[in-house]
Amino acid sequence: MGCCGVRYDDECAAPGSAAIWVRQNDDGGYELNLVVPGIHCAACISTIEKGLKELPGLGEARVNFSLKQVRARWTDPEFDPESIVAKLDELGYAARPFDPSDAGFGVDDRESRELLRALAVAGFAAGNIMFLSISVWAGAEGATRDFFHWVSALLALPAIAYSGRPFFRSAWNALSRARMNMDVPISLAVLTAAMMSLYQVANHQQHAYFDAAVSLLFFLLIGRYLDHRMRARARSAVSQLMTLAATGATVLDEEGRKRFLPMDALQNGMRVLVAAGERIPVDGVVEEGDTDVDVSLITGESNPERVGPGARVYAGAMNLTGPVVVRLTAHGEDTFLSEIIRLMATAEESRSAYVRLADRLAGYYAPVVHVLAGATLFGWLWWTNFDWPVSLLHAISVLIITCPCALGLAVPAVQVVASGVLFRNGVMIKDGSALERMADVDTVIFDKTGTLTMGEPKLSERGPVSIESLAVAAGLAAGSAHPLSRAIVKAVEERGIEPETVTGVVEHPGRGLSGTWRGRSVRLGSLEWCGVRDEAALSSDMPQLALAVEGRQPVVFSFTDTLRPDAAETVRRLKAAGLRVEMISGDREGPVRAVAEELDLDGWKAAWSPQQKLAYVEGLAEAGRKVLMVGDGINDAPALAAGYASMAPSTASDIGRTAADMVFVGASLRAVWLAREVSVRSRRLMTQNFVWAIAYNVFAVPVAMAGLASPLFAAVAMSASSIIVVANSLRLGLMDRNLDRSFALTTYGEAGERGGIRRKAA
Amino acid sequence: MSVLLYLIPIALFLGLLGLGAFIWSLRSGQYEDLDGEALRILDDDDDRPIVD
Repeated sequence: MGCCGVRYDDECAAPGSAAIWVRQNDDGGYELNLVVPGIHCAACISTIEKGLKELPGLGEARVNFSLKQVRARWTDPEFDPESIVAKLDELGYAARPFDPSDAGFGVDDRESRELLRALAVAGFAAGNIMFLSISVWAGAEGATRDFFHWVSALLALPAIAYSGRPFFRSAWNALSRARMNMDVPISLAVLTAAMMSLYQVANHQQHAYFDAAVSLLFFLLIGRYLDHRMRARARSAVSQLMTLAATGATVLDEEGRKRFLPMDALQNGMRVLVAAGERIPVDGVVEEGDTDVDVSLITGESNPERVGPGARVYAGAMNLTGPVVVRLTAHGEDTFLSEIIRLMATAEESRSAYVRLADRLAGYYAPVVHVLAGATLFGWLWWTNFDWPVSLLHAISVLIITCPCALGLAVPAVQVVASGVLFRNGVMIKDGSALERMADVDTVIFDKTGTLTMGEPKLSERGPVSIESLAVAAGLAAGSAHPLSRAIVKAVEERGIEPETVTGVVEHPGRGLSGTWRGRSVRLGSLEWCGVRDEAALSSDMPQLALAVEGRQPVVFSFTDTLRPDAAETVRRLKAAGLRVEMISGDREGPVRAVAEELDLDGWKAAWSPQQKLAYVEGLAEAGRKVLMVGDGINDAPALAAGYASMAPSTASDIGRTAADMVFVGASLRAVWLAREVSVRSRRLMTQNFVWAIAYNVFAVPVAMAGLASPLFAAVAMSASSIIVVANSLRLGLMDRNLDRSFALTTYGEAGERGGIRRKAA
Repeated sequence: MSVLLYLIPIALFLGLLGLGAFIWSLRSGQYEDLDGEALRILDDDDDRPIVD
């Protein structure tokens, strides 16, 4: 468990054993793939490649800038792969080895190459056939026309067989499950057009539709490829976040030697060493050492918990103050995490029932088209006194004319532009239908710790605290990694106070810090430890620290959560858009109420377990609400899976990111509002595209039924409607430019005051 | 019109040549890292894309 993002940057440098990830190639060479998030400029490429070239024995190293990865290859079995990581570290880049087949990179790659090859073949065939078709339309006759048609057939038939496979496959999958999707009418139109044209050409007829069939495939493949590439990019960005998480643990053996083992090799009873500042990788019981652990990712609790020998700890908790040895008690099936995964599995079933907009439309569209084609056939049979060839010709031309070229592009074109806009603004869409679902949402439920708040406490403004006590406290806290200590140091810096010099500072895990200031002993830590007697302070459930100076009354510091930048503005905008905004948290009531009141939420619940969160979201869904769940913790994962749509910050737990439809990077909560805004606009554009595509058919179908549709008419009408649909979809890209930049660039810390300011909606 | 009998095959051959070149570039990994290539051109040293 772990993350690399806003909260704990230093986690990336966790220990790794590169040898585990080395793969042997077919040719006997070795290969190691690494994620290097620090690659950001042209100089990085040459620094890394030249730096690695200096390693003796390393064959080649290649930077992939787009994916921020390095691939290293060598043939010498003696070469130590650890030296690659060490060298990169020396060059100033944190690197993490990974297995490309695990993270799903390899699979995506093959699929996108297949699409690109199909696109190239369709493009080549479409261009050349159109060339020949224009000559036919221009008046080629007799043997010349037949020759042109035969060459077209020679190009079209293999091209359709090759490039049409993605559509045929998907249509076949849908039909074999007794479903309907857009690929069914597309495949039918392409195949019937090719068959009929072949029949026409064999009979020396004037009309052949090879150009229509192949350019249809070409247009649709463009849409499909762009769509695929956009999603692959978002997915690989998400899987890289996961790769950066801890994938093993430092195990102590009988003689006290340290060994780094991957997750799979861990067994019950092993002793795992967790240094301060690392995440606890496994569920277990503390055996040695005292420390404070931040469990916000697991339970939502914002105040660090004190643990000592005998205490249970869970994977995903952050060890803050002292090193501990944890004995592994549960692994695999009986961990807290696997309980969460079981809950998620039941929750996800409801979401898979969602039928995409285009497929729903295809359910109506395809039968209508097929009935019209049938009606044309029988109408012409009756009219021409059973002239089968002519009647079939007209029926098939209805199928070709109504082929949903514009319909097939209506959704992917919008989706590509929308996910592009969101990607540039730091929102990654993992699931294609997420945009559609997001647009329907009527309730937004936030988790608190790590989602609405930064998971970083802030010194409360309230309460009389002298400058001198702050300065002493800062002097004590300067070297501590405890979040409350860091909050004090930060508060002092913000107020421009010079910290006092405190000597002999000792950290007592689970209790606090002690030291000497001007000859007096001073303590900063838990209220009990500092001898606070004040009942009101002791019974408060807000995070607190006390400062005890020898011979003086102890002073109590109280802390509040730091809201994410733009939290207030985001909530205000969501409410202004008519959504209900609620918060459910695993944290205690005091901090939860404080945040709810500050943000003026429609409802809040505190101290909830993952089961309660899941039950609440499912209950709302049963009542007909469409819930957008936004959360980051392990405890939010079942609720994320149950939500009609879901989002997680990139700092979320692995499982939270896996469960969410969209992942946003960066600190600003604005991403949530933006994702909804883009989704709503996308849906509007998709509807416009559908309306246009249907209007086109209303005009074109009677022409085809009357037997007046020539191949030229089909080519012009289809291309024109596709271009209009694509151009309409591109309008969404303009939104990026018109976005309210001041909202985007709200600086850290001023979000709270800006809530009431009215500004124009983007 | 007999000129078409060899002009069209020539045109198709040239088209196929282009298609072949594209598929070769795809196979040789030139589309693996589109953003990287834009920056690599600034670097004066020789280097080649990784072949899968």
